[in-house]
Amino acid sequence: MMRHLISAADLTRDDAVLILDTAEEMARVADRPIKKLPTLRGRTVVNLFFEDSTRTRISFEAAEKRLSADVINFTAKGSSVSKGESLKDTAQTLEAMGVDAVVIRHGASGAPYRLATSGWIDAAVINAGDGTHQHPTQALLDAFTMRRRLIGRDTGLGQDLTGRRVTVVGDILHSRVARSNVDLLHTLGAEVTLVAPPTLLPIGVGEWPCEVSYDLDRVLPKTDAVMMLRVQRERMNAAFFPTEREYSRRYGLDGERMARMPGDAIVMHPGPMVRGMEITAEVADSDRCTVLEQVTNGVSIRMAVLYLLLGGNESEAAHQAQAGTHSPRSEHSASTASEEK
Amino acid sequence: MDTKNPDEARPVLEGPDIARVMTRIAHEIVERAKGADDVVLLGIPTRGVFLARRLAAKLQEITGRAIPVGSLDITMYRDDLRMKPARAIGRTDIPVDGVDGRLVVLVDDVLFSGRTIRAALDALGDIGRPRAVQLAVLVDRGHRELPIRADYVGKNLPTSLRETVKVQLAEEDGRDAVLLGIPGAANSAPATGEQ
Repeated sequence: MMRHLISAADLTRDDAVLILDTAEEMARVADRPIKKLPTLRGRTVVNLFFEDSTRTRISFEAAEKRLSADVINFTAKGSSVSKGESLKDTAQTLEAMGVDAVVIRHGASGAPYRLATSGWIDAAVINAGDGTHQHPTQALLDAFTMRRRLIGRDTGLGQDLTGRRVTVVGDILHSRVARSNVDLLHTLGAEVTLVAPPTLLPIGVGEWPCEVSYDLDRVLPKTDAVMMLRVQRERMNAAFFPTEREYSRRYGLDGERMARMPGDAIVMHPGPMVRGMEITAEVADSDRCTVLEQVTNGVSIRMAVLYLLLGGNESEAAHQAQAGTHSPRSEHSASTASEEK
Repeated sequence: MDTKNPDEARPVLEGPDIARVMTRIAHEIVERAKGADDVVLLGIPTRGVFLARRLAAKLQEITGRAIPVGSLDITMYRDDLRMKPARAIGRTDIPVDGVDGRLVVLVDDVLFSGRTIRAALDALGDIGRPRAVQLAVLVDRGHRELPIRADYVGKNLPTSLRETVKVQLAEEDGRDAVLLGIPGAANSAPATGEQ
């Protein structure tokens, strides 16, 4: 396992499956009377949010607290950042406080990468969304939701999504969720099709490991999971599409369209949903729609990522040096019977 | 000085011996629990789970009743988590009726420092409140670091700290055996077995 989680593209198939399998065990904690593990006791995690996000921040906070970490929430609003402090100064302040991990959301694509590679801070860095670039834990929770629904909770263990067909619909141009999903789903063996008006597709999308279509009705019958992205009303005036009504008619998901999908196909949405725009209330409230499951799964995925990044990295370098060529990967596959008793 | 390779480890228990000690432990459980009415067996992954299943089968033979059996992963409760790379989590499966008010028998292959069992007790405390907790192990090799002892021991195996104890079970390793070895100087980290 790597030291930071910056991009879904950095994950190998084995890393991604390990995270999904670990999340499956983490999900069991939520079914217990005491929903807490002592795993990160004494570790400090900072949620460094330069951009507003209630959903993601709460999800990370719940995951950190279930693992017994000490949590510090930092929002740019009302902090020294609004007085002009740079990312470097903020990072060095956190380093001086001895934090073990930083969960960062930033409006600028690349900010988490900069934080992880600049040498300003020694902590593990987890990208919680940067600009239009990446949102890896969202892609992981989406893959987790698909694996559970399309393969099964227990039967899915150790499996990837080979051969599953996923359609992502909407504002691909501005969506870090779409980018992260294309990367991760490709790694996991799924076939991804992006559907959007040409104005909402990024330049160079032809190079991405996926198909592109402008016709939702043609793609839906061959889809196992359709992911609707939020259309941001603030983009309405930027002439990406003529009218809200026209967008809904061509790219919105209503009951009639949903009926064209295979019987066990699911509808996903990263939230928040704009009912009546990209998705109708009928679809949003149907039992095929996994929006709330995605929220629940988000906590399990973030627990898994925090555990795998932080669970044992304190003297990893020393341990590896001591063990010579012994790699952490082989440790994953070793049974607990080989451990100290 | 003996500088044997772990591959040349000496078997101290073999298939029939292991079957025999498991039968004996099953009888001891029935005797102490006066019929094993409320017994729940929880194996500690990986090999403890196989041993727990074998014990459950023996108990069923003796009592004629199905004994609930599950697995209790202790990875997240270890006290050395931060000293080693993150390890894969094993499976925790608690029987549907839970452990509240039951006699839980924890089952593991080797008892050594006692830290695994300490972690198991913590893990168990987060799952429910058993009436009592007992411990069954296939091998007790000594060198305890905590005040923990087993209620049922397959074999007491006095060892030196330089020696390794490696348990092999048919379900995982293709054969049943307990092997005692001394790692060669060139290979101080044994591939499996006790450290």
